[in-house]
Amino acid sequence: MSELEHKLKLATTLAGKGKVSRRDFIQLAMAAGFTAAAGNAMFVKAVRAEPKKGGSARLGLAHGATTDTLDPVGYPDTFTQCAFWGALSNSLTEIDAKGNVVPDLAESFEPSDGAKKWVFKLRKGLTFHDGKTVTADDVVTSFRHHMGPDSKSAAKSLLDPITDLTSDGPENVVFTLKDGSADFPYLVSDYHIPIMPTKDGKSDWQSGVRTGPFTLEKFEPGVSAKLKRNPNYHKSNQPYLDEVEFIAITDVAARTNALTTGDVDWIGRADMKTLDLLKRNPNIEILELSGYGHYVLPMNTTMAPFDNNDVRTAIKYAIDREEIQKKIFLDHATVGNDNPIAKAVKYSIDPEPKYKYDPDKAKFHLKKAGYETLKIDLSVADAAFAGAIDAGVLIKETAAKCGIDINVIREAEDAYWDNVWLKKPWCASYWSGRPTADWTFTITYAAGAAWNETFWNNKRFQELLIQGRAELDEAKRAAIYGEMQQIIHDDGGVIVLVFNNFVTANSKKLAHGDVAPNWENDGLKIAERWWLA
Amino acid sequence: MHPLLRTVLQRLGLGLITLFVVSLIIFSAIEFLPGDFARAILGQAATPETVEAFQKEIGLDKPPVERYLSWMGGILQGDFGSSFSSRVGFRRTVLDIIAPRLWNTLFLAGITALIAIPLALGLGLLAALYRNTFFDRAVNALTLTTISFPEFFVAYILMLFLAVKFPIFHSLSNVSPDMPFFERLQRSALPVLTLVLVILAHMMRMTRAAIISLLASPYIEMARLKGVSPAQVILRHALPNAWAPIATIIAFNLAYLVVGAVVVEVVFVYPGIGQAMVDAVRSRDIPVVQACALIFAVTYILLNLMADVISIATNPRLLHPR
Repeated sequence: MSELEHKLKLATTLAGKGKVSRRDFIQLAMAAGFTAAAGNAMFVKAVRAEPKKGGSARLGLAHGATTDTLDPVGYPDTFTQCAFWGALSNSLTEIDAKGNVVPDLAESFEPSDGAKKWVFKLRKGLTFHDGKTVTADDVVTSFRHHMGPDSKSAAKSLLDPITDLTSDGPENVVFTLKDGSADFPYLVSDYHIPIMPTKDGKSDWQSGVRTGPFTLEKFEPGVSAKLKRNPNYHKSNQPYLDEVEFIAITDVAARTNALTTGDVDWIGRADMKTLDLLKRNPNIEILELSGYGHYVLPMNTTMAPFDNNDVRTAIKYAIDREEIQKKIFLDHATVGNDNPIAKAVKYSIDPEPKYKYDPDKAKFHLKKAGYETLKIDLSVADAAFAGAIDAGVLIKETAAKCGIDINVIREAEDAYWDNVWLKKPWCASYWSGRPTADWTFTITYAAGAAWNETFWNNKRFQELLIQGRAELDEAKRAAIYGEMQQIIHDDGGVIVLVFNNFVTANSKKLAHGDVAPNWENDGLKIAERWWLA
Repeated sequence: MHPLLRTVLQRLGLGLITLFVVSLIIFSAIEFLPGDFARAILGQAATPETVEAFQKEIGLDKPPVERYLSWMGGILQGDFGSSFSSRVGFRRTVLDIIAPRLWNTLFLAGITALIAIPLALGLGLLAALYRNTFFDRAVNALTLTTISFPEFFVAYILMLFLAVKFPIFHSLSNVSPDMPFFERLQRSALPVLTLVLVILAHMMRMTRAAIISLLASPYIEMARLKGVSPAQVILRHALPNAWAPIATIIAFNLAYLVVGAVVVEVVFVYPGIGQAMVDAVRSRDIPVVQACALIFAVTYILLNLMADVISIATNPRLLHPR
């Protein structure tokens, strides 16, 4: 290495510590033969690559209720998810910023028997917050907490495919599945399945002793959770913060004000209506990420007239998605094309033809189905997604020009998920999205799935679903999942309006690397991954 | 028996009956609401099996009458029951959830009352003294304006000017039990200010009206003829007879501070009992809702009782009947 390159390497480390200015660094880089632009990029990378340790941060979340508990059977919203899973616990695997599944508590995972059997090997030297070693038995009880006929967990249907679960020695956990599933490691990264210690043969969820980057100091349900750095965390360089406090601020104006006055350093779910005003503040950074989440209008394909695919197609052409994206989501979303798989997910395709607003095509399909005009109900409430009611009203206008008369029913927000979703013939809903196509297909589009909101049953789709899971060849998988997405696009009952962006805002005091889009708030692991600049 | 004591005992008896009726109404009201705790917690993730399992664990599978009676029985023994967010092996009593919140709300109400009541009385007396002058009209206009605005509007305006534009106070009032007293006071400043502005008008104008209505009486005329100064006329001759209506209004507003401050609690994120009740209703956590309802009813009953006692105590004719 030449002397200049050696100096450059030294300067890179010093730049990380803030001891070399940008100008000096670029000069040095240019002398070493790099262009100014390359030198600038290297400087930025050097400065960003050194997360500083220490300090405390206060994070304002949009959720939090007095009914929150540490029990992972119900982590209903971002408060419990970020504080008790992301900061306090770990699952066997996690999803990184690029959407790939990487080891977390398990250092390796091997399929066998056509991906019907999976063996997860735990890292060595893993301990809980109280010093006890993590064993395979703890993993088994943590999973069993959600399984079984008496389970009331939200993860029950997720873990239904597991037929047998045992430990093989203190470090190996063996899962036996009903059907082969190449994506199983993705599933175990779910936030409902943190690994907890065992007490009296069951999982001890109430003590708050877990394996995560922080230990629980204080928890006032519906108010705040205070956590302290875990010095024995298995990732040696993380977390960076010493202390973190999650504060529940449900009112969006209060949340915004807390950020601008410095009472908190970061807020989730920034208010889109006042986002432009917030952007003017020089001390605030706004992060907008397109994740897997999407907003849908599912039609019940077993109820007339939605059981006729031409009617469904007519409706799909009768919606002006661009207008909805612009007027209701204020450009903080990407237009959907009735394919629930987000662009960032592996194997995603953009099916043709694109469903743009086309009254002629809508009328054509309507006539083909045998209708001159159509009268249907659309049940919406803002509980499905913010802006659902406005979207319904806009759709009514555009569909009227196609001969479809929509009666927009504004449903009660309370108990929307009991009385409207899965019950009314056409309603609104949301999905946070999943990192694999198979996961989304299994929970929402497989025949008989608990959350199959369109009650759809397509024979070819079902065949491909089973095939795709066990298929380990990349090219074949891509073809299978591509075809499945095309089938949903052409024949399915779901209208995917938009893929919503996660919009968060933070004071420039907090810094971060690449932010993961799989869940909100940096994959719910903001406390572990962010640091004080 | 002394009439005052008799009244107090009578009121307390009626109060108990009221509490019973209130508990019945609240229980039935929640029963008629759609949805239940299991579905609320599981949300979109609810499937029929998980909902059923959940319901069995928290006891929602029993018929309503049985649930009500067992809850009633518990109350009479001093046990307010467990929140539905309890689990097997992790009992979360209703008192665990409510006690710190109630304490916070009482703190807020107490500080507010400490400021608002003397202020309202003082302004009311001054307005009565200088009635129909510019001062009187200005005070009336100002207080009527603040009471006409919705509380959240007053709250946001105060937050804007006193926390965002000029950082004098904190916009986030999340007090915690281990906070030192002075810091707690500082953090509660904006909610207190908002509540003071909201209840001031009612008490002030009632004071003014009660006093002015008495000024037409013959004994006041006598006092004036005797040469008593206007201030003394009001303070020593009119005010002692005006306590009855004033105490009633003050009691009403104090009850509002405990019961109706939920909007202010949400805006300033103050962990009070109003917010706890709203959370409980949203998730259908019935034991917590009922306990909150009972506490609110008790508040009203006790404060009304206090107002009645003051009315009687300040009226010699009622205090010493023939």
